[in-house]
Amino acid sequence: MEIKFLHIGILTWITFLPVLGMIVVLLLPKEQKQAIRWTSLAFTILQVILAVVIFQNFDRTLAGINSKEGMQFVEQYRWIDIKSTSWIGRIAIDYFVGIDGISVPMVLLTALISCIAVISSFSIEKSIKGYFALLLLLDTGMMGVFVALDFFLFYVFWEIMLLPMYFLIGVWGGPRREYAAIKFFIYTLLGSVLMLLAMLALYFSVTIKDGNEVIHTFNMLAMMNPENFVHGSLLEGVGTSWRYVAYIALFIGFAIKVPAFPFHTWLPDAHVEAPTAISVILAGVLLKMGTYGLMRIAFPIFPDAAIHYLYPLAFIGFINIIYGAYCAMAQKDFKKLIAYSSVSHMGIVLLGMAAMNTQGMMGAMFQMFNHGTITAMLFLIVGVIYDRAHTRGLDDFGGLMNKMPKYSGIMMIAFFAALGLPGLSGFISEAFSFLGAFQTFKWLTIASAFGIILTAAYMLWTLQRVFLGTLPEKWNNLTDINGREMAMLVPLAVIVIILGIYPSPVLDLMNSSANALVDFVKNSAGIAMLGQ
Amino acid sequence: MYSLVPLITLFPLLGFLANGFFGRKIKNEKIVGSLSTIAVTLSFIVAAAIFIEMLGFPVEERKHVVSLFTWISAGTLATNVAYQVDQLSILMTLIVTGVGSLIHLYSIGYMHGDRGYWRFFTYMNLFIFMMLNLVLADNYLLMFLGWEGVGLCSYLLIGFWYERNFEKSTTSEAAKKAFIVNRIGDFGFLIGLFLMFVTFGSLNYDSVFLQAAGLEKGNSVIMWMTLFMFLGSTGKSAQIPLYVWLPDAMAGPTPVSALIHAATMVTAGIYMVARSSILYALAPTTMEVIAVIGLLTAFFAGTIGIVQNDIKKVLAYSTVSQLGYMFLGCGVGAFAGGLFHVMTHAFFKALLFLGSGAVIHAMHEEQDIQKMGGLQKYMPWTYKTFLVGALAISGFPFLSGFFSKDEILWKSFANGSAAYWVIGIIAAGITAFYMFRLVSLTFLGSERFDPHHVHPHEAPKTMLIPLIVLGVLSLIGGFVGIPHVLGGSNAFEEFLEPVFTAANDKMLLPFHDAPGVEISLMLVSVVVGLFGMYAGWKIYTEKRQIADTAARKFPLLYNLLLNKYKIDELYDAVIVTPIKQTSDKFLWKIFDVKIIDDALNVSAKTIDKTAGVFRKIQNGVVQNYAVVFVAGILFVIGWLIAR
Repeated sequence: MEIKFLHIGILTWITFLPVLGMIVVLLLPKEQKQAIRWTSLAFTILQVILAVVIFQNFDRTLAGINSKEGMQFVEQYRWIDIKSTSWIGRIAIDYFVGIDGISVPMVLLTALISCIAVISSFSIEKSIKGYFALLLLLDTGMMGVFVALDFFLFYVFWEIMLLPMYFLIGVWGGPRREYAAIKFFIYTLLGSVLMLLAMLALYFSVTIKDGNEVIHTFNMLAMMNPENFVHGSLLEGVGTSWRYVAYIALFIGFAIKVPAFPFHTWLPDAHVEAPTAISVILAGVLLKMGTYGLMRIAFPIFPDAAIHYLYPLAFIGFINIIYGAYCAMAQKDFKKLIAYSSVSHMGIVLLGMAAMNTQGMMGAMFQMFNHGTITAMLFLIVGVIYDRAHTRGLDDFGGLMNKMPKYSGIMMIAFFAALGLPGLSGFISEAFSFLGAFQTFKWLTIASAFGIILTAAYMLWTLQRVFLGTLPEKWNNLTDINGREMAMLVPLAVIVIILGIYPSPVLDLMNSSANALVDFVKNSAGIAMLGQ
Repeated sequence: MYSLVPLITLFPLLGFLANGFFGRKIKNEKIVGSLSTIAVTLSFIVAAAIFIEMLGFPVEERKHVVSLFTWISAGTLATNVAYQVDQLSILMTLIVTGVGSLIHLYSIGYMHGDRGYWRFFTYMNLFIFMMLNLVLADNYLLMFLGWEGVGLCSYLLIGFWYERNFEKSTTSEAAKKAFIVNRIGDFGFLIGLFLMFVTFGSLNYDSVFLQAAGLEKGNSVIMWMTLFMFLGSTGKSAQIPLYVWLPDAMAGPTPVSALIHAATMVTAGIYMVARSSILYALAPTTMEVIAVIGLLTAFFAGTIGIVQNDIKKVLAYSTVSQLGYMFLGCGVGAFAGGLFHVMTHAFFKALLFLGSGAVIHAMHEEQDIQKMGGLQKYMPWTYKTFLVGALAISGFPFLSGFFSKDEILWKSFANGSAAYWVIGIIAAGITAFYMFRLVSLTFLGSERFDPHHVHPHEAPKTMLIPLIVLGVLSLIGGFVGIPHVLGGSNAFEEFLEPVFTAANDKMLLPFHDAPGVEISLMLVSVVVGLFGMYAGWKIYTEKRQIADTAARKFPLLYNLLLNKYKIDELYDAVIVTPIKQTSDKFLWKIFDVKIIDDALNVSAKTIDKTAGVFRKIQNGVVQNYAVVFVAGILFVIGWLIAR
């Protein structure tokens, strides 16, 4: 499948459209606030349209994972080619993009969330030119991560996304923004360094034929084939200790993003200080990069290590679920509570993928998508009330239900989706993740499923404190949500409901790839065990 | 006709959507209320038509699955949104839509003038929709959708008056409690379903039951599966240990208590056990657990009911107690008997609750029966219908409750043990006693309210019609299940029995053909029931001093009952508080903030300090660099020489 406009592939378009938007925004005079806002919106809407085109034309039967033929909308060009250096040899790096069932839901999610984040950012007044330019750059970075099939390219996008995020929190954030921004930056950087080391180790271990020449490569797909590993290189063979080390390095790099316990403490701080739109992006898309990286890179490149460390992975998932829920319950700040609920919900993704079976893997992938939409809603909901009341203290509110009926209706959908009510999208992905995990880890799953009770407890407690009871005098003049806020919340609510009743559109996208990924990892590891 | 079954769920869904989106703008209460009522009534008509058609079919052709679309499919798990029409599901559908439409009609009058009128009917229709999905589903996942869906509606409706206080707390607190306690049950249900999927590779009734029929009795996996699922039942159907939410659920408007917390939703647990009868039949241990839990609940809840003074609380505990009977029936293998009681209980308990609603309205929201009395002359129709309900629940001969309760008691003796029967009979006596205590304190005796402020009046027609219809049903509803021993044909059981054939084959229950024993047991239960009724009536109309003396003489027991055995306090101390404390005081404030985050901050500071040292070295003074440079060279040279 290939779609091109002006001889440029659709994935390149969808990735770099925001950069085009950024250039336009930078060219506009900074007084033209409306023009800047609408330009940004126009480009992200275009991105959504491209995402819909991709969704329409995506071949549901192809699996991808480790075969280039299975990837769709592929583009591959030589990007960097340094002919010969004294001790490294020839460096040839490809611009290699393509998507399969793992990445396509993330591409859709990124386009959607970016667009909604732009709408949500209309209320930003402080130096908006810089803000929107950075936001659009961030968009490109995220999209790039999900389409890249070359590890180097992946890494570049990963780092591109880091910088705008740092500034968006550090400049446009709340009172403790600098602390939060630097914390986010240092954590992520630590992850990046580990990822870089693993990537370089892989680079020097893997070769492919390029014409007549044998060269090292960053091509992920090549890294998944054990035959490409140079004999005697660091990561050659199966189940060797260096492979485990490299896997753990990659894992920590990704786990920080998830964020997996105990690397999670950057998240609440970053969320609390970040402006609403940035929280939405952070929770909606950024966290998924961690779990996506595990599925796309860590699992298929190191299947032996992945299988070896399944139980620890599941255990971290379990801790995330329970611990995140417990911490959420203790919060008095609405936003911090939602932040910790993300820790808990991302734990379900970890648990699901650790199951290493179709249900678990699909549950995890679907949960990534659903958590993206549901948490985005939750953060927007916090933003709405914060914009009006300038406080997020849970105990400052009460009885908003009758005061803001539309708002409360939407809130109800988001809250109940978050606590996994059947009929809404969150339930299906949670149930799949648990169902898959139950087949592999019986007791751990039962213990983790206890999280659904805790989640109900803190969600309903929050709902009670903010929306039920009596309305304090001081909030008598709060207004219900306006058209712009509806425009960002309603589409998400519709998606949450539709996917709860009829999840097939998204499940079909992932099915082949989830199967293929599980089979590939299991078979590779199986062969590995036999070979030992 | 069978293919019309989606219409049954469609009408309430449409009603929900219409009122949900436009209800607030339609200012006219009549339109909002009738819209919802008509939606449910239409569902009832369709269900009735299907039922009549079903009666015309031979027994083996009565089951039919109507599939709508593929809901979820991943790997080997494929689940449809599909409705299974059979004897069991159509019975439940008729109860839900029949009683449901009457209660909707009643609510038009009852909720008159409420600020959230449209919201009320929106939630009610959503409830009916979810409940119908629960009973009509052809697989456990869809059943679970309905299962949690009715929980959501229950939550919304208990907290409907979310600004009000309720007892020592608030309605929203009661709503939250209901949802969370139910969630504990749902957790169990879900684990049960996981086990089921792992064992049978499917969650569809047909496939699961077919495979289960090939298994041996006493399989330990099935035992755990059914135990976990039964945990779900104890939540939804308010049994020990998870019954605590139901009495608090009375914080909702009275029609809600009637529909959701008495007639329909709380019977979902019994429906689920009956639907899975083959699985339970394979697990005798679970069956025993169910019977014992049901029996204990019937007894303990009944004892609490004796001393409560809130008219709805008494009814709530009696509901818990009656649900216990239904589980006792299922536990001894009398699934049909359990469902018979589900049906009759739906009639008389809905009637009693609606009657209590009329009383509460007439008394200007007063619920304390100590402050009532003598209402008989102000509200004759409410009194008459309430009396019928009370007689039916107390097992007065030939009223509906008599047949269903006796069926369960007889089976508990025949299939279970004499001990079951004895405790069951005592609980029945207690029921008769507190029901007539309730009738006497409310409608008979002296007027204990202030006639200057309270002017009791008869309920309006929209409220009386449902009362009368339910009254008639409570009178004659039992005649569909007259046992053979009384010359009846037990048509009800015969109709349902095909659903339980597979389970009966596994259980191999002893066949008791002892009409003499059955008749004498029945007589004993009639006598005990009549005695309870008489005592309740006599003491609370004429001999109040007996009750007062008893309360004075046994203050410990009296207070224990009045405080509901302090179970709520116990749960708070043992479960709720520790969870909150761990969450707030330990995991968050100490572990997360102090240990994990501070570890990070400390290491960051250490790096900062170390960096500070190095920063001093790089102070930009060239001479210093030169000194270090020279020293370095000297060191290297020295090292090379010394080597």
